[in-house]
Amino acid sequence: MIEGIWAALFIFMLAGFTGYEVISRVPVILHTPLMSGSNFVHGIVLVGAMVALGHAETPVEQAIGFFGVLLGAMNAAGGYVVTERMLEMFEKKKQGKGGG
Amino acid sequence: MVEHLIQAAYFLTALLFILGLKRMSRPHTARSGIVWAGAAMGLAVLVTLLSPGLHNFGLMIAAIVVGGALAWISGRKVPMTAMPQMVAIYNGMGGGAAGAIAAVELLRGQIESTGLIALAVTGGLIGAIAFSGSMVAFAKLQGLISERPMVFPLQQVVNFIVLGASVVLGVMLLTTSDNVTFIAAFFVATLLFGILMTLPIGGADMPVVISLYNALTGMAVAFEGFALGNAAMIVAGTVVGAAGTLLTQLMAKAMNRPLSNVLFSGFGQESAAAAGEVKGSMKAIEIDDAAIMMGYANKVIIVPGYGMAMAQAQHKVYELMKQLEERGVTVKFAIHPVAGRMPGHMNVLLAEAGVPYEKLFDLEEINAEFQTAGVSIVIGANDVVNPAAKTSPGSPIFGMPILDVEASENVLVIKRGKGKGFAGIENELFYRDNTRMVYGDAQGVVNDLVQALKKL
Repeated sequence: MIEGIWAALFIFMLAGFTGYEVISRVPVILHTPLMSGSNFVHGIVLVGAMVALGHAETPVEQAIGFFGVLLGAMNAAGGYVVTERMLEMFEKKKQGKGGG
Repeated sequence: MVEHLIQAAYFLTALLFILGLKRMSRPHTARSGIVWAGAAMGLAVLVTLLSPGLHNFGLMIAAIVVGGALAWISGRKVPMTAMPQMVAIYNGMGGGAAGAIAAVELLRGQIESTGLIALAVTGGLIGAIAFSGSMVAFAKLQGLISERPMVFPLQQVVNFIVLGASVVLGVMLLTTSDNVTFIAAFFVATLLFGILMTLPIGGADMPVVISLYNALTGMAVAFEGFALGNAAMIVAGTVVGAAGTLLTQLMAKAMNRPLSNVLFSGFGQESAAAAGEVKGSMKAIEIDDAAIMMGYANKVIIVPGYGMAMAQAQHKVYELMKQLEERGVTVKFAIHPVAGRMPGHMNVLLAEAGVPYEKLFDLEEINAEFQTAGVSIVIGANDVVNPAAKTSPGSPIFGMPILDVEASENVLVIKRGKGKGFAGIENELFYRDNTRMVYGDAQGVVNDLVQALKKL
């Protein structure tokens, strides 16, 4: 069984190809929402910041950790709202057209 | 047991992120994609609270609530036209969070191997650049600082020295990773580099830069994921890093400019020299005449640009489309890949106003149609319809694919004033014999056109 850094490198490679494939055949109209969506996805940095703050001991570490969680939470929450607002319009419009 | 639960939840999170992004890449499933990804994020956050050995829960919850609420409210309130800078600022915050993780982990000095320290430092470097760079991008797009490229003598040299300093400090951290002074100096130099790197980039290139920083933040998150041994961060960060890199390339390609050119050329600066000798004059037209021209055309192609977004004119443009269609005129929209501030920016705005996306056409799809159109109406676009991109090799936009509006029988251009576009270049299109100019704010002018059409 592979472990540690090697397992991580394999994940890295496969995830890299996945990201490339997911985007590669996307219509231009969805580029902005997708950029916004991927912006939301890297908001997962929040969990890392939580772990970092959770391990922090000195006041300086705590302050930086707090700052990190704050920023991470803003990335996640803001990224979600903005993306959802953009994509909502695509959905609404489709229904409107179907109805009329 | 708890460890397995956490890993299982992270596994599910990573899977849902990928499936969510996949769904976001099709118009009819797009909305559900973000909901899936959102659920995954919630799950990951909840399960992380269970991690063994964590302290500071009070601070943690406070930061999540305050940060989450602030971003949620501002994200709800901001107008759709301001979306690009919102993406920029939230993205920068992710980069900042990655930098903060690196700082805390380095200060604690508990990272086991030099290899992992190197990854943490690299992630910190990239994250901090994305943070300060995105803040500058935000400030430029929000109009807090000038959108023009900021250039000073020896800029490249200074930038290179600052970057060199942060790399050297980063390497020094490999051996003395818990030295507070080095850590502080490393982040100061890196943040400074992010600012310096973004200042010389003009407003027109911001979409590419935001996309680049988005990819960088993804990479930074992945690197910190390695340092923390967090697979969800590695997968999500790498997926975003790869997807963002591809997206950045697509955008740069649409502008026909290599990325290095976007980053290092101080675009819009050199053009002052290249501008000048255009023959002929710009010919204005009255609103009523413009309305008649459109009302009796067989086909009208609307070319929106950033001016439409600035003036919040998308709803009026929708009304214009309706009026014309009631008169039996075929209406199509021609969307240049880099119209507005992000690829797809125009599509999002027009979608908001209710224009069906079947009427929106890409450059390749629509270019052949201009010659059969009675009227092309350019609303607040400039560089993306500038024939100089085809005809004058000296122009800074030479080689960029443009919308071929001059091929149509008549061209109407709505423009705020007689100034130049972002790239700061004269536009010969405005001087063509079949071009007529309507000066004014896009929203006001389009509204007047709608009223005039109603009276026809």
